Amino acid sequence: MSGAEIGLALSVFLACTVEAVEALTIVLAVGATRSWSSAMSGVGAATVVLAAIVAAFGPALTSLPIDQLRVLVGGLLLIFGLQWLRKAILRSGGVKAKHDELEIFAEEREAARAAGASRPGFDGYTFTIAFKGVLLEGLEVAFIVLTFGANQHRVALAAAAAGLAVLLVAAAGAAARAPLARVPENTMKFAVGVMLSSYGMFWGAEGAGASWPGGDAALLAIIPAILASAVAMAWILRRTLHPAATAEAAGPPAEAAEPARVSA
Amino acid sequence: MTRAEAFFRGLWEFVVGDDWWTALGVVIALALTALIADAAIAAWWVMPPAVIGLLALSVRRAARDRL
Repeated sequence: MSGAEIGLALSVFLACTVEAVEALTIVLAVGATRSWSSAMSGVGAATVVLAAIVAAFGPALTSLPIDQLRVLVGGLLLIFGLQWLRKAILRSGGVKAKHDELEIFAEEREAARAAGASRPGFDGYTFTIAFKGVLLEGLEVAFIVLTFGANQHRVALAAAAAGLAVLLVAAAGAAARAPLARVPENTMKFAVGVMLSSYGMFWGAEGAGASWPGGDAALLAIIPAILASAVAMAWILRRTLHPAATAEAAGPPAEAAEPARVSA
Repeated sequence: MTRAEAFFRGLWEFVVGDDWWTALGVVIALALTALIADAAIAAWWVMPPAVIGLLALSVRRAARDRL
């Protein structure tokens, strides 16, 4: 497997793990409170829709000429990646609330109880919430699978990395029977933002006609440069908001921040 | 709102999000890269400072709006 393919698989795996953890929280909340069978039906239906999206758009994208594909997909990936990275920096800097799966689980469970008693057999509320949760979280993964995979003509590899992440998260969730609150989601989102932005910039520029010095090896400079810039921005934000705490804090960028000030 | 309008609005929000300045900046940077590369001049150097600059401006705008 080449370095670019490892980067592809790793980026998709991390992104999918993060989204799967978020979807799992929703499914666990409605499943445990109301109906497991209806929750699983919602998960299954959403998975079929997501697979159909990847299957429909994957071949269409990979049939584009390589330069047009790279500038289009690289640009989209860069725009998308910068959104992820900005949110991760804001969370790390203490400006935006971090994802707290236990809190989200409690909110979803309360909403499920407030929706009234579940019906025996098929429960429409549970199905809809599980379906929407998995579909909405999964759309971002489908987008990443398509863009990353199409650019390298390895949609199947990207889909396999996503599938592995879903299986691992589902297994961990089934074993724990609780939200996976200990998964370092915010750090993983930071990493995904860096990878999407780096690969998006690399492919976008190549598609626009530029040649990177060293070819693919340029990624070994681009990824650390984007990471260092993002860490510096988060540090500046923290220092601006909490000057005293920043002097003492030292640790991973996205997990060491002060408590959030503003809700997501 | 028609279904088509709702679809395209959803697509826009999904891809571009709440910061269209960054999306516009990416498009301009890629266009500039293409123009320079078309003139047979090395163009790889356009994107790195553009991307880091766009990210810094985007973070600054978001932080200012939220505080």
